[in-house]
Amino acid sequence: MDIFDFSDGREGYYGEYGGVFLPEILHATIEELLSCFRECKSDPKFWQDYVALLQGYSGRPTPVTYLENLSRELGGAQIYVKREDLNHTGSHKINNVMGQGLLCQRLGKKRVIAETGAGQHGFATATMAAKFGFECKIYMGAVDVARQRPNVFWMENLGAEVIAVEDGQQTLKDAINECMRDWVTNMADTHYILGTACGPHPFPEMVSWFQSIIGIEAREQIVNQTGRLPDRVYACVGGGSNAMGIFQGFFDDNNVELIGCEAGGHGVGSYMHAARLAYDDASVGVAQGFKTYFLQNDEGNMNKTHSVAAGLDYIGINPIFAHLWEQGKVRFEAATDMEVKEALRLTMRTEGLIPALESTHAFVTALKEAPSMGKDEIILINQSGRGDKDIFTIADALDDAKWKSFIGGKADQYRGEES
Amino acid sequence: MGLESYIAERKQKKDLLVMAHVVCGYPSFEDNLQELEIMAEAGVDLVELQFPFSEPSADGPLFVRANEESLKSGTSVDQCFEFMAKVSARFPFKLLMMGYYNTVFKMGEARFIERLVQAGGVGYILPDLPVEEAGNLYALSEQAAVEPIILMTPTSSHKRLAQLGAASRGMVYVVARKGVTGSKTDMGDDVVALIERCRQHTDVPVGVGFGVSSKRDMDFLRGHADLAIVGTAALKTWEQSGADGLRTFFAELLA
Repeated sequence: MDIFDFSDGREGYYGEYGGVFLPEILHATIEELLSCFRECKSDPKFWQDYVALLQGYSGRPTPVTYLENLSRELGGAQIYVKREDLNHTGSHKINNVMGQGLLCQRLGKKRVIAETGAGQHGFATATMAAKFGFECKIYMGAVDVARQRPNVFWMENLGAEVIAVEDGQQTLKDAINECMRDWVTNMADTHYILGTACGPHPFPEMVSWFQSIIGIEAREQIVNQTGRLPDRVYACVGGGSNAMGIFQGFFDDNNVELIGCEAGGHGVGSYMHAARLAYDDASVGVAQGFKTYFLQNDEGNMNKTHSVAAGLDYIGINPIFAHLWEQGKVRFEAATDMEVKEALRLTMRTEGLIPALESTHAFVTALKEAPSMGKDEIILINQSGRGDKDIFTIADALDDAKWKSFIGGKADQYRGEES
Repeated sequence: MGLESYIAERKQKKDLLVMAHVVCGYPSFEDNLQELEIMAEAGVDLVELQFPFSEPSADGPLFVRANEESLKSGTSVDQCFEFMAKVSARFPFKLLMMGYYNTVFKMGEARFIERLVQAGGVGYILPDLPVEEAGNLYALSEQAAVEPIILMTPTSSHKRLAQLGAASRGMVYVVARKGVTGSKTDMGDDVVALIERCRQHTDVPVGVGFGVSSKRDMDFLRGHADLAIVGTAALKTWEQSGADGLRTFFAELLA
């Protein structure tokens, strides 16, 4: 199955979804990007360079880890985890960013901009910009800046300028709008490093292509380690880039079930979530440069979204998944904030793994389904990022008294230094 | 009367027409009405009524906030159409709907055109709807004799301008510079060259917008463009100095 073969359909469309809905001023920039991307994609040397770069810089290939304790405790399927958390900067985001960095060099542009939600994509972009010598500006919703200070700290220290976006809901979607505004002004020397498989064509295809390295590795690793293909593969879905990454490895394997796990937030009917496909609240619309399912009202204005995981807190699903969901190729489930905290605690205690809050959504669904599966069945979870970055949120959620007293002490110390 | 013949008729009396802009429901519909009264008195020829949208990604900071505040105060699409009907009955200038494609998409393209005609609008500007995606809407528009206003930009190649020109009807909107609405444009040879480039590819009247804010800009555009499009500068004036300020602003602009 090649979902990126547009010869029978419209370029950039996955069924009814995708396309390019941008101001006319960006038409030439998108054309330039598309032609450069096509050149890179058809050049085997580009992919070799890309893989070599990630091997040397980010520790690829990341391993697949067998969760022996958790598998035994749940008593069902054997659980394996693809360790994207072991990448440099702590998540799969670096894959896309390094790829687009190489592409940016081919474009001959000297400045990069990026939106970021949880801060992982911004962090990775700032790292790449430092390495490649690009000027770098990161747009981040003010709400996200407030809840992800550690990543902001790193971005700034890596030399990037971080802009807190005060418009709208002050989250990921507003950061994307702000990037568009920068891009329509500075496209001549600036490449927009979109962080997920959303937005206008060719971004969904391009980001998916770079992230496909996850699935290529994972398929080979799981087959080597277990002698066969997994029965189910789970990944969390915000925009959907890590899920596209791992799922692509199994698109041609019809017996492997693919499960996308969205942010259930406060649950069904709460309207405080980011579950576009798992719940019934989203409808088809056009925003942020593309057509897909959005959480929006009857007049097409976007609704508020919520998730404990900033990286999943997004109004739209990538257009490829909208199509694959309708085709029955990918199943969608949601995990609530509560379930995420429980699953995180269990995973830490039984396996010593600390998945990011985003990735823990995939664990929730997998751990729910594993017990009813046979002991000879295999499931694979994509641990897209590490949870260390979430220490403030997790410590809050776990209501950790010792952590609070430590922060109190630190605050006192800083106040003392100020006066 | 179609937009193109309306513009031709108005141009017999003056050499440069003015198109102004209000964001529906910001600061309020009452304020909008006062602004429009002042625009009518000053002799403004065309007005864009912007239907607020939650993701106005082609707009600059002032209009972004206006969209946001308007939605926060509860402005609905129904109210915008009602307002358009009221305004078109009351004032001599012609009206265009300006907004983002999702507003149209969600209501259905046929229904949108129907409602636009009912409300007395003569056309629409949807900056995030490229011509490639607009085939059906353009066909519906032609049947209903309303005009899709196409944007031509400084980054458009000759090939692209030819494509845009072929689809243009009523008038074209020439974006004077890169960027979003609301910052200053240095009106210079570049803008003249751009207008000339655009004219090679279309016969409909040419409006120039983005950064038009003063009598000096008007004088510069006279003889090159058919319309000057004034957006942010008017709203800024209204916010800073109210009705009197806006009256002076348009009086100076149209002097």
